[in-house]
Amino acid sequence: MERILEQAPRFFSGPNLQLLLEAAGLTLAMTLVGCMIGFGLAFVLVYLRQTPGLWALPLRWICILYVEVFRRIPFIVVIYLVLFFIQAVTPDASLFTIAVIAICLYAVAYTADIIRGGLESVPKTQVEAAQAMNLSRLQTNLRIVLPQAWPVIIPPAIAFAVSFIKDTALVSQVGVFELTFRGKELNNQGYSGILVFGTIAFCYFLLSFPLSMLGQYLEKRLATPRGERRSRKIRRA
Amino acid sequence: MPHLAVSDVRAKYGALEVLKGISFEIQKGEIAALVGPSGSGKSTVLRALMGLTPITGGAVEIAGEAMNYSSAREVRAARDRMAIVFQQYNLFQNMTVMQNLTLAPLKIKKWDKAEVTSEARRLLGLVGLSDKADAYSDQLSGGQQQRVALARALALKPQILLLDEVTSALDPELVNEVLDAIRKLADEGMTMVIVSHEMAFVREVADKVVFMDNGQIIEAGTPAAIFDEPKTDRARDFFSKILRH
Ligand SMILES: Nc1ncnc2c1ncn2[C@@H]1O[C@H](COP(=O)(O)OP(=O)(O)OP(=O)(O)O)[C@@H](O)[C@H]1O
Ligand SMILES: [Mg+2]
Repeated sequence: MERILEQAPRFFSGPNLQLLLEAAGLTLAMTLVGCMIGFGLAFVLVYLRQTPGLWALPLRWICILYVEVFRRIPFIVVIYLVLFFIQAVTPDASLFTIAVIAICLYAVAYTADIIRGGLESVPKTQVEAAQAMNLSRLQTNLRIVLPQAWPVIIPPAIAFAVSFIKDTALVSQVGVFELTFRGKELNNQGYSGILVFGTIAFCYFLLSFPLSMLGQYLEKRLATPRGERRSRKIRRA
Repeated sequence: MPHLAVSDVRAKYGALEVLKGISFEIQKGEIAALVGPSGSGKSTVLRALMGLTPITGGAVEIAGEAMNYSSAREVRAARDRMAIVFQQYNLFQNMTVMQNLTLAPLKIKKWDKAEVTSEARRLLGLVGLSDKADAYSDQLSGGQQQRVALARALALKPQILLLDEVTSALDPELVNEVLDAIRKLADEGMTMVIVSHEMAFVREVADKVVFMDNGQIIEAGTPAAIFDEPKTDRARDFFSKILRH
């Protein structure tokens, strides 16, 4: 305890804080970028998976296989796979890129099922009404199904991203200078582990808490019926 | 030449044959009413015509043109000529009334925007909902939603309009609103196939009544012939039960 108090002023000095801030930014950036791209790709995957017809059977199988395989691999293994694969192809790829790709691959597998559940929650009758008007599958999805599926998709998707912020700590294993990596570094410099990792823990909390709040806000907002939401907006204006 | 000719149409749900050879025809401007007990296949006839339930046999002709439902392109051609109003309205929940009416005319039919909009306003007037153009369906009563669904179908300018029990989900007070709108269409000469439990209404507007049971047509004819002098026991039995109420 005395050691912590004695170290604290030195630990919370400018350079260290800057280091932690940068590390936190990196953690947030790679999680958000990876999850966003992964989320977008997951839509494509789900759309391909829903392709009707016999000829698309292999396509559907590949999509299902991707999700099932990646959901069963520990994230750390994905990281190493991406690391060695990318390094074999382009040796000078940055570690940040590698981390983002790994996060992205993993996020696709996890959000695909969230998206599929959301799309399937829209009543089949909405799709039939669109089909009867000759809307194509893509048009039906973009104009009718997706807008109604958002309230079901957004909350768990954000919850996934929030929980993933902490799981990205694993990329410190390959040397990305994110929060946990810097924590280990500072600890090795002789700072008290409790002090260092207590601070790191607090940083993770600060990163994920606002996102959780955003998720809760969106969940509430999306849950209000469209008509009310609109009239509320008008009243405010 | 009949405007719509359905001959020996068959349809299956899995192994269950729900349409076992349906044949009827109507002339331009005529109204055919499909009646019969629940589960007899009335909705399936309309769904099959719209290509929503696959047809496994038979033929459909619209204005002398053979509709072949065997490829996606052919199904589109059939859907292009008809419009359906579903029993549960099925208005797009994420769109306003106006957007519901104009979506397909603008994006699918690619008609002129100014014309589509003014036609949509005219149709909303026709069904008595001019003031609801910007409402979402969760802000409308059942009867209002049903009339929007009717206007939406009419906005497609179909050659044939298919109506599936458009009043059965409504409170009795709302039924007349919708029936009035359909009466107006009948007066304008719209060709329609309607499924209805409102026998008084059917008798009033239909040119031909088709009585179905168990995926087959048992009897077809003018309302007077079918309602007053049914030839089959099954029809007599059915109408005596319904008409007594
Ligand atoms: N999606 C489906 N899957 C399997 N069977 C179905 C499906 N939809 C309808 N059926 C069956 O097809 C038959 C005909 O159904 P349909 O909906 O056409 O009857 P209906 O005459 O419209 O009845 P109702 O007056 O109750 O609306 C019924 O036996 C029904 O159980
Ligand atoms: Mg029915």
